Amino acid sequence: MKKAIIIDDEPLARSIVKEYLSFYPQIEMVEECSDGFQGVKAIQQHKPDIVFLDIQMPKINGFEMLELIDEPPAIIFTTAFDEYAIRAFETHAVDYLLKPFSRERFAKALDKWLSVKDTSKLKEATESLLESTAHSPSQTERIVVKTSGRIKIIPLHEIQYLEAADDYVKIFTAEGNYLKKKTMNYFEQVLDPKLFVRTHRSYIVNVQQITRIDAYEKENQMAILTTGVKIPVSKNGYIKLKTMLGI
Amino acid sequence: MLHSFGLSWESGFIDSIVSNLLLVLASLMLINTFKYYLPRKERYGYILGMCGTTSVVWLFITRAVLLLILPEKYKSFYSDSVYLRLAFGFLILGLMSLLSVLWYTLKDQQQNESRKQEAEKLAKEAELYKLRQQLHPHFLFNSLNSINALIGSRPEEARQMIHQLSDFLRGILRKEENQWVSLNEELQHLQLYLDIEKVRFGHRLTTSIDADEKIREMKIPAMLLQPVVENAIKFGLYDTTETINISIEAVKENDQLILTVQNPFDPTTSLPQKGTGFGLSSVKRRLYLLFARTDLLETSAKDHLFITSIKVPQQ
Repeated sequence: MKKAIIIDDEPLARSIVKEYLSFYPQIEMVEECSDGFQGVKAIQQHKPDIVFLDIQMPKINGFEMLELIDEPPAIIFTTAFDEYAIRAFETHAVDYLLKPFSRERFAKALDKWLSVKDTSKLKEATESLLESTAHSPSQTERIVVKTSGRIKIIPLHEIQYLEAADDYVKIFTAEGNYLKKKTMNYFEQVLDPKLFVRTHRSYIVNVQQITRIDAYEKENQMAILTTGVKIPVSKNGYIKLKTMLGI
Repeated sequence: MLHSFGLSWESGFIDSIVSNLLLVLASLMLINTFKYYLPRKERYGYILGMCGTTSVVWLFITRAVLLLILPEKYKSFYSDSVYLRLAFGFLILGLMSLLSVLWYTLKDQQQNESRKQEAEKLAKEAELYKLRQQLHPHFLFNSLNSINALIGSRPEEARQMIHQLSDFLRGILRKEENQWVSLNEELQHLQLYLDIEKVRFGHRLTTSIDADEKIREMKIPAMLLQPVVENAIKFGLYDTTETINISIEAVKENDQLILTVQNPFDPTTSLPQKGTGFGLSSVKRRLYLLFARTDLLETSAKDHLFITSIKVPQQ
């Protein structure tokens, strides 16, 4: 028996997937969720084999929700109209259903999934999809993190700086710091280059937080933030910082 | 000929080098001038004038340079050949000017052409975008998806929703940009939209409209309220996971119709500058085009409520 979860904020959109699924006795619908918060919980609890996921949902969208899950299951995306998302699905060969979809189209997607023996391929496709959707307009305005079971949405302007921490990146805000399993290079690419600068191999700083830059040792500098925190600035980082501030 | 003046061929050689070098310089100067200044058609006489002046200047400079480096007796030879030199210089400079004017005019035209094409392309794209927006693709496909779901379980409701959707779309197609309608008509059209959204979002969405009979007779530009309410719904529904209420209120104040739309929002995750989304900026622009005023649309946030208000001066 395979387990399925449906995540969609519209009840009727969930019911049509449920209806189509009822023709597959080997698949059990274990839970339906109306937003990404419930979705994260349900996926962790049930460890489903397949998830039907809508993109546009309250608070966090489908992509942001997936970012919060360590081991994403197989996903079939469902969306009505989202040019950006559709382009992403196509480039990463991830299966998606455009609403309204027919039973035949639904069957095709499910058969394709059921015929896949090597699930690692599916996972790879989802992961590369997430890398690319991080550049989507909505997601470059905020970062969604998980902190002790809670989900926190951090608007970009609230971020003071980011620090590398092994496989994670530590995000510092006035309220505290949060971990996200991503690389510094990832954030350097995703964050607004007008607001953030990588001053050091292990640091990215919000330039609006900088009050002054002090010389430190021979070739290095220190950026002093409004909070008093000192951020190392490498030789290269100093050049980037100077061009950005126009000095 | 040179020998009849008692001059060596070296002098002639130097003369030709100096004269021609200076002529090349003068030509370059003219070409460069035309690069930045192209006379209009009726002023082509300017080109002749410029060539003439340049030739004379060239003649004098050549003379000065030649007299500096060549023997004194060269002076008389120069005076004898001055008209020939002038004619030659004028001819060459005129030819160069003509060529460069032609060249730059052609280039200018090409640039104009590509600019025009670019502008037309942009205008077309904007029109296409507007058409697409008017179709409300996201709303349309999601509504069709809801209808698809209803057909199986509640066919009567599916039918009703098809009629609501048809009426809504017909309303959009019928209304023209600069048409004024009664508030009542606008609210009825809005009600269709709200009813469809309520089917889509089920119990999560409730709405209230508060406008008495008299006020409903006041006029507003067609489809003015629609994008504001759309914005409120999108904002409200996607910003919280709870049930939301959208309230629309119309009052009369000093001969102005004041419309207020309220939706809940989450101040901790919504960026304040994001408050005026695309929908509202287009409303603002429309109000400006209609009344030449920028103060007719206002937004404010109070606790967890986002309030949009529009003043509509009555004509």
